[in-house]
Amino acid sequence: MKHALVVDDSAVIRKVACRIMEGLAMRTTEAEDGQQALMACRREMPDVVLLDWNMPVMDGYEFLKALRKMPGGKAPKVVFCTTENDVACIARAMHAGADEYVMKPFDRETMTAKLQEVGVV
Amino acid sequence: MITEAEFAFLRAFLKQRSGLDLGPEKRYLAESRLRPLCRDAGLGSLGELVRKLRSGEDRGLADAAVVAMATHETMFFRDRTPFETLRTDILPRLVEARSELRRLRIWSAAASTGQEAYSVAMIVQEMGLPAAGWTIEILGTDISPSAVERARAGTYSTFEVQRGLPVRHLLDHFSQAGTDWTISPALRSAVEFRVLNLLRDFGGLGTFDVILCRNLAIYLDAPTKTALFERLARVLAPDGALCLGTSETVLGYTRTLVADPERRGFFLHATAAAQPERAYLAG
Repeated sequence: MKHALVVDDSAVIRKVACRIMEGLAMRTTEAEDGQQALMACRREMPDVVLLDWNMPVMDGYEFLKALRKMPGGKAPKVVFCTTENDVACIARAMHAGADEYVMKPFDRETMTAKLQEVGVV
Repeated sequence: MITEAEFAFLRAFLKQRSGLDLGPEKRYLAESRLRPLCRDAGLGSLGELVRKLRSGEDRGLADAAVVAMATHETMFFRDRTPFETLRTDILPRLVEARSELRRLRIWSAAASTGQEAYSVAMIVQEMGLPAAGWTIEILGTDISPSAVERARAGTYSTFEVQRGLPVRHLLDHFSQAGTDWTISPALRSAVEFRVLNLLRDFGGLGTFDVILCRNLAIYLDAPTKTALFERLARVLAPDGALCLGTSETVLGYTRTLVADPERRGFFLHATAAAQPERAYLAG
């Protein structure tokens, strides 16, 4: 069973995202910010990270850069899920090592297609 | 609410005009899809709309009713696999087979708002086509004038661009305009869109190497499916490929076309299947 780490400061979004991932036969771990997410990755590297951009303590962009420098941190597929919908932000995220990018709001079909695109489902 | 008799008329009307096989349990669908048309046309009720359609005096209203009942559901790279098959297998083989003619024609027959045709155009561009001396024609057609107008404009909402479109394609082929995304001029000029009812004659379009007619036949009754497949076969190149939706097949409707045993969702001329060296199957 694949493991998804859902990183978002909104409990509602985490719940929705976890439900989608569990519907795709994945187990999930939640984190409220980038720092919590890094700790979670140190404990167990996930197969995929659903990542918000704007979060307190450490944002998604800083988390992604730190993750990619960690031992084994290049392996997880990272899908940004954010309200940041500016083309410059998307390009920046991809340059930092994101694999896909979802602009909120999203639905189950969009998320599933993105996960298929990165080869997680 | 429409009466039983009015619904019966609508079912017969839609079948005759567009081949749409509206089941007896779909009265709610007719009501929900035709209500906005009533409003736009200044008609007081669905009954009034039916009376107008019955009289046959307003051809524009009749066309609008057919369009309102059509399903416009679409997305970029819908179902993924057919596009992968086109990119890695069918188009490279056809390019090789047309190396002297240097011309390929691709038709997205039920193009809706254009996502399918543009997906093909992205693949073609990524393959380095058209290379020098090549002519690549991509035609998108749909029964709905408003859908064709949107397809020509090539502007989509954030929600639409991320349904099926990998983000690298978004960065490569779109420019952002506020909350919308517009397809690049290069791709827009690579695709031509026209209004076309597939029930009417399309022989004048010429012959195509690849035809995509996906998720349309499922809405048609058996005789209309048979007629459509036969007519598509007539404009499909002898070594060409027809792509249908994932739940669609020609089996039981025509013997002119057969399923490609190697490529799910693709169909070829029965004569080509019998002589693989003459089809795009030939490797």
